Amino acid sequence: MNLTLRIWRQAGPDAAGSMTTYHVSGISPDMSFLEMLDTLNEELITRGDQPVAFDHDCREGICGACGMVINGQAHGPERTTTCQLHMRHFRDGDTIDVEPWRAAAFPVVKDLVVDRSAFDRIIGSGGYITAPTGSAPDAHATPVPKEAADTAFEHAECIGCGACVAACPNGSAMLFTSAKVVHLNVLPQGAPERASRVRNMVTAMDAEGFGGCTNTGECATACPKGIPLPSIAAMNREFLRAARG
Amino acid sequence: MAVTGLVMLLYLVAHMLGNLKVFFGPDDINGYAAWLRTIGQPFLGHEWFLWIARSGLLAAVVLHGVSAYQLSRRDLAARPSKYAHKRRRASYATRTMRWGGVILALFIVWHILDLTTLTVNPAAEEGHPYQNIVASFGRWYVDVFYVVAMLAVGLHIRHGFWSAAQTLGANNARRDRALKLTANTLALALTAGFLSVPVAVMTGIVK
Repeated sequence: MNLTLRIWRQAGPDAAGSMTTYHVSGISPDMSFLEMLDTLNEELITRGDQPVAFDHDCREGICGACGMVINGQAHGPERTTTCQLHMRHFRDGDTIDVEPWRAAAFPVVKDLVVDRSAFDRIIGSGGYITAPTGSAPDAHATPVPKEAADTAFEHAECIGCGACVAACPNGSAMLFTSAKVVHLNVLPQGAPERASRVRNMVTAMDAEGFGGCTNTGECATACPKGIPLPSIAAMNREFLRAARG
Repeated sequence: MAVTGLVMLLYLVAHMLGNLKVFFGPDDINGYAAWLRTIGQPFLGHEWFLWIARSGLLAAVVLHGVSAYQLSRRDLAARPSKYAHKRRRASYATRTMRWGGVILALFIVWHILDLTTLTVNPAAEEGHPYQNIVASFGRWYVDVFYVVAMLAVGLHIRHGFWSAAQTLGANNARRDRALKLTANTLALALTAGFLSVPVAVMTGIVK
């Protein structure tokens, strides 16, 4: 496959960036999107140019490190992470636009790399349970209703990639925060901090400069892990419950 | 946004049903309008209920607008640099919430001047809404503005009702479809109900 890429190049956090055009050839349809970028970078390095910086780690769709907006869609045309997006979803001769996540709370570090530590601070404000650690507890020491376990698992799938924020026209982090709140708030282990968790995490989210939710649903459509949109309603329910005391 | 929106939605349902009385003739709707002024009597004075309702609605409109402004400011600030690759996002109803809301705010001002204060009404007969309605919808530009505003209100409710359920935490995976269906039904019923009046005047069914 021969492709034309228009990639956002930005030398540093304060540098001005722009979309730069590159041509790559010899791309196999079985390559992942990141392997395609690796091919481009090898060429750039050989030419003595700066390679395109992008985040990546596990390359098997579970770490949430890789994230870029491909043709206006977070993680590209398939509902998966960028590392699991294969070039067979593009056609020979395509022009592909590649941009970093765009949000005030996710400043660009370089090229396609953004600083997502705002998510870490949200997690730090309540995305945990306070329990004495030590040896693993006995299975079934704390009974968990099946429905609660299913809901918790569904929300625990969130890998914090930030696609929800990137896709949201308002740059809102409601889906991410709701996934984390609901995951712990439905479980008995999370019950003691149920009210303070939602209050603190929403406060932390607001402090990071994320936008407000207007229920456009773009987040849930982009989420590679399928966190459902009603999760935001569940977090709002938790928030109102906490506010009532 | 959600609470004030739902208050206004409840009012719209009552308003639309009241409007349909125009099909039962001048006496029916004029009598209904007169009765609205006597609600709560003798406990309340003449038109007191109406003024209580009006002040409640005014508060709802103002708070809804202020919330929308604050939310929009915050949302625009959260995405300072836009994507180079433009793509349509979300449904038409969702995308038009802001401009639809502005159209509706302008329409409400016009609507009150036309049919409440009668300032811009050609008939301007106090206590005769039937005659005022027929006179008002005799002007083509009023009909156009009305149709646009009613389509805007339908779209606004289509997204707004379900969105309010999300905001207030009333939605969940099981209720999602039912809430969307309710939103669409309300939007369709209100738009059709409101539009039936100018259409009836334009086609001569009501004259």
